Amino acid sequence: MAQVVVVTSGKGGVGKTTSTAALGAALAQDGDKVVVIDFDVGLRNLDLVLGAERRVVFDLINVIHGVAKLPQALIRDKRLENLQLLPTSQTRDKDALTEDGVAKVIEELREKFDWIICDSPAGIERGATMAMRYADSAIIVTNPEVSSVRDADRIVGLLDSKTAKAERGERVDKHLLITRYNPSQAARGEMLSIDDMLEILSIPLLGIVPESREVLRASNVGSPVTLNNALSAPARAYFDAARRLKGKEIPVHVPHEGTGIFNKLFGRKAA
Amino acid sequence: MSFFTFFRRGSALVARERLQILLAHERAASSHPDLLGILREEILAVIGRHVAFEPDKVLIKMDRGKFVSTLAVDIEIPNDHGASAAKSPHGRLTLGLEHADGVPAMNQSVV
Repeated sequence: MAQVVVVTSGKGGVGKTTSTAALGAALAQDGDKVVVIDFDVGLRNLDLVLGAERRVVFDLINVIHGVAKLPQALIRDKRLENLQLLPTSQTRDKDALTEDGVAKVIEELREKFDWIICDSPAGIERGATMAMRYADSAIIVTNPEVSSVRDADRIVGLLDSKTAKAERGERVDKHLLITRYNPSQAARGEMLSIDDMLEILSIPLLGIVPESREVLRASNVGSPVTLNNALSAPARAYFDAARRLKGKEIPVHVPHEGTGIFNKLFGRKAA
Repeated sequence: MSFFTFFRRGSALVARERLQILLAHERAASSHPDLLGILREEILAVIGRHVAFEPDKVLIKMDRGKFVSTLAVDIEIPNDHGASAAKSPHGRLTLGLEHADGVPAMNQSVV
């Protein structure tokens, strides 16, 4: 039974696209059939983060408007045969998304995939509401920072009112994914703690992705971090998050400062 | 949490408190979208049914405080008692509304 998951946040730049790519790849690496859909019409980037930017011919908007058939628009990842991308248009705007069109595309994808992961644009307008419209569950990506947490709370409100599931009187399952977590800042009390965020938002925790240079390295070369450096801290966090998404009970590992002698002596002062 | 952290809670504590207050407000506002705005419209409609007033002589003030929100409606009503017109050409109806914990309390005065 296919699961439709929206990766959303409200605020921009918190790591929605990075997380969509990393989680989609992690699920595909585990053997599941995954399609990731870019809903950021006009500002697509999921293709770039996945290294497929030169292979886009048709897109979601073409499929919705009947210009292309769905299989023509799907791009199979060159490294993971279980992972496919449905890119969006770079030239149209978000009004090109119609509710019926999106519904049809998602219904068709449900036949072929285990996971349909919708990468939402920032904001709370049409692109974002279309991305969450048919979701069974939502991953709310949040940084430990006040504006990001506030916007996450707004998005929770939308998930509870504007989704097809909410309108049927059901609930969209929500998962909190904390990204760009900096253990040393948290230890100094300069960054909202995990407990603070869970208490404020009251959404179950899917994972904590530490701030890491590996994330930038992976996007530089167009590869999800779980593929580019599977042993890195962010990749391990995404693998665990993907397993939790599949219902496995794995204790959440809160990234902490290194325990080496250098950190013991100087860690508190280091930025 | 280490000994160090316990004695030197940084700015995260401020962030948490600010967020808790803000979100409590925003959640209440989204469950009652613009409650004070709706009240304002309806109060004006009720008064308009009984008393003629000019829309541009209506002063509306809304304040959202930390725990209490206030709505003050000040309406200048033309006084059509011809005799006293020169001395006191207008009457004034003032309505005040305080809103805390979902229990509206009203007070009013007519001058």
